[in-house]
Amino acid sequence: MAEHIIELKNVTKYYDDNLVIDNVSFYVNKGEFITFLGPSGCGKTTTLRMIAGFDLPTSGQILLNGEDISKLPPNKRPVNTVFQRYALFPHLNVYENIAYGLKCKRVLNTYRNAEGKEYTKKERLSKKEIAEKVQKALEVVDLEGFEKRSISTLSGGQQQRVAIARAIVNEPEILLLDEPLGALDLKMRKEMQIELKEMHRRLGITFIYVTHDQEEALTMSDTIVVMSDGVVQQIGTPAKIYNEPANTFVADFIGESNIISGTVVGDKLVRFCGKNFVCLDQFEKGEQVDVVVRPEDIVMCAPEQGTLVGKVISVVFKGIHYEITAQLGKYELVINSTQKRTVGEIIGMKIAPDGIHLMRPNYTTNLFDGVITKHNTVEFADGEFECDVTQLYPGSHLDEEEYLITAEGEKIDLTGAEVKVEVGLYDIEISDDPKAGGTTGRIISIIYKGDHYRLIVRTEEEEEDFVFATEDLWNENDLVSVIIPKDKIKLTLKNPEEKKRLGGGA
Amino acid sequence: MNTTLLIFLLVLLAALLIGIALLAYRLVKGRMPRFSRKSLCIPYAVFLVFFVIIPMLVIFFYAFTDREMHFSFGNFVKFFSDPTKLSTIAYSIVIALITTVVCLLIAFPVAYILARSKMKKKYVVLMLFVLPMWINFVLRINAIRELFNWMGLLGETNYFNTVFGMVYDFLPFMILPLYTTIMKIDNSLYEASCDLGANGFVTFTRITLPLSVPGIMSGVTMVFLPSMTNYVVSDMLGNSMVTIIGKFIYEYFGSDWHMGSMVALVLLVVVFVSTWLTGGFQSDENVRGANL
Repeated sequence: MAEHIIELKNVTKYYDDNLVIDNVSFYVNKGEFITFLGPSGCGKTTTLRMIAGFDLPTSGQILLNGEDISKLPPNKRPVNTVFQRYALFPHLNVYENIAYGLKCKRVLNTYRNAEGKEYTKKERLSKKEIAEKVQKALEVVDLEGFEKRSISTLSGGQQQRVAIARAIVNEPEILLLDEPLGALDLKMRKEMQIELKEMHRRLGITFIYVTHDQEEALTMSDTIVVMSDGVVQQIGTPAKIYNEPANTFVADFIGESNIISGTVVGDKLVRFCGKNFVCLDQFEKGEQVDVVVRPEDIVMCAPEQGTLVGKVISVVFKGIHYEITAQLGKYELVINSTQKRTVGEIIGMKIAPDGIHLMRPNYTTNLFDGVITKHNTVEFADGEFECDVTQLYPGSHLDEEEYLITAEGEKIDLTGAEVKVEVGLYDIEISDDPKAGGTTGRIISIIYKGDHYRLIVRTEEEEEDFVFATEDLWNENDLVSVIIPKDKIKLTLKNPEEKKRLGGGA
Repeated sequence: MNTTLLIFLLVLLAALLIGIALLAYRLVKGRMPRFSRKSLCIPYAVFLVFFVIIPMLVIFFYAFTDREMHFSFGNFVKFFSDPTKLSTIAYSIVIALITTVVCLLIAFPVAYILARSKMKKKYVVLMLFVLPMWINFVLRINAIRELFNWMGLLGETNYFNTVFGMVYDFLPFMILPLYTTIMKIDNSLYEASCDLGANGFVTFTRITLPLSVPGIMSGVTMVFLPSMTNYVVSDMLGNSMVTIIGKFIYEYFGSDWHMGSMVALVLLVVVFVSTWLTGGFQSDENVRGANL
């Protein structure tokens, strides 16, 4: 087993009242190139900043070689950072920038005094030592001869290299890189990716890399940590994350994929798009699953040979392949192929068992905690919804004063009763009229599932999520109101014993 | 005859003349004159000539002539051979220097703390420091004079009083440029410094201080120069016992314009040299970026 250089144990971080990192635990092996990958705002930079020491975790531990460093200031950590916008010192030249860390450094030197006793002294590095180290760092980043240049005369790529040299010259145990290639153009970025990888191999130190670019992560990393919403979604090698995504978020974020709802119909047999397919994943019969198929795993063939038959509705040339979209009834599938097809053509499609990946859906139903109001509506997720309270007591009805009368004739005041609210995935509608529904929220996620979209709407105050299916296309971050039909809200009492009786019984 | 009417008539006359000139141009050339963008400079050129160049020439003229309007170096020689005059210049410079240093010592921590704090209403605190600027300066100095009088310091500690008044008066001019400069230092630079192993003190001396030099320069210029000449402060708080160079010029123009002009000219040279020393003539935008 490899040595764990950094280990995060149940790390949680709040900014003011916002939860940005939610109970994250993982470890980094010594010498590995690990990437934190996720959309912006997923907590990857915050995680990096906590390892660097700029942010302290609200709770949890960060261990470096087994020692807790969570409370140590950045200047006491054997870790150096390459900043997103380089953060080079504008008043210092290239040499002075790189030498900055060395000038702060104190090393223990051992001497022998007149009586032959050994003693140690904390000393600065000599000018000569510093000059040698800076020279070496400049060689690593290929910037020899730039010592006297002022920072403002350098191009973005050169500044990038100075920033890397300034960090590695201190020989840190871990090099942290916060989206270091974000400001470079595509060609430069590709070059730097290869150079960084090469640097990692030569220096042999641990690299922790942060990016939102999934291709960059797949190209460079030994291990990828996929994050979203302050939670680690999956940790694994690039191949594992690409081929076996843990959930629909990872499948959707890493590369292109077709995500379709399906049902397990037998032993390693799954049904989707109206056909049965052999797959490799073992799930229980009858289980609802999300089926992930990468576009390159769908093989086109003659219509009579294919398991699926569809009509080509779009063809886009992507350089090394064509991206072909085929329509099969209400489903749409994306296919990557080197063969060209024309729009309107009828094609057959086959999918090999190892191209089909099954996942348990993250959500099967929406659950909320709610409270019954005095108008017999239910309050949850920043809103108030009309509901049928008689379902709480079988056989009950409401009297003319809107009190609940049970089957036994008991009169009950439900005001303030705590209930569990359950709403199905297909029972929610949204509208852009903010007054149309019981509550409002923003669309935070849209995933296409072959024949429909799966949306997540998050309310603004309590940050409750509504997950549901819709056939309409919406935009992420739209403010929408959530409509739930009265009969689709399922209620159960949290404390069935605690009845509030009103007045005379039977 | 009343002055307002006279000015009115003059403006009317000028308008008439311009009108006639335009008409004449049209008659001769057959079209209206075209105004290029350069002609927009004319009012400023006129202003510069009448209010900058001519007055300067007049001062030069007076400085190097005697009472009979003959060319002479007499004032120059007299100024530099008179120990009282030289000591006044020295005093002015010393007072201005002390004022500047004290302002800097007070303003830097204030500007640094305000610029770096995450306080949401920090501009309110900044405003409180700047607020006195909006109250009439003579009134403020009078108030301090009354305070000193009440404490029994008036007429006792004249130099201290003068410096105190000047610091009080010029402090905002030091705080504002420093604040804007320190505000502009990217937070990631502090983080980078700390990341590279520097503690708070090293970060301050090696990053914060060098990067706030433009603000320091700007503030020093704005405090040092006025405090050499602002004799209202020295008169009122120094109980007329402290004579600075500005007072000197004022007094000479009551009796001897020639000597007054010479003192003014000497001051001009001092200002010129000190501006040059603080890099005020560099056209580099980074250096002057902190100017208000």
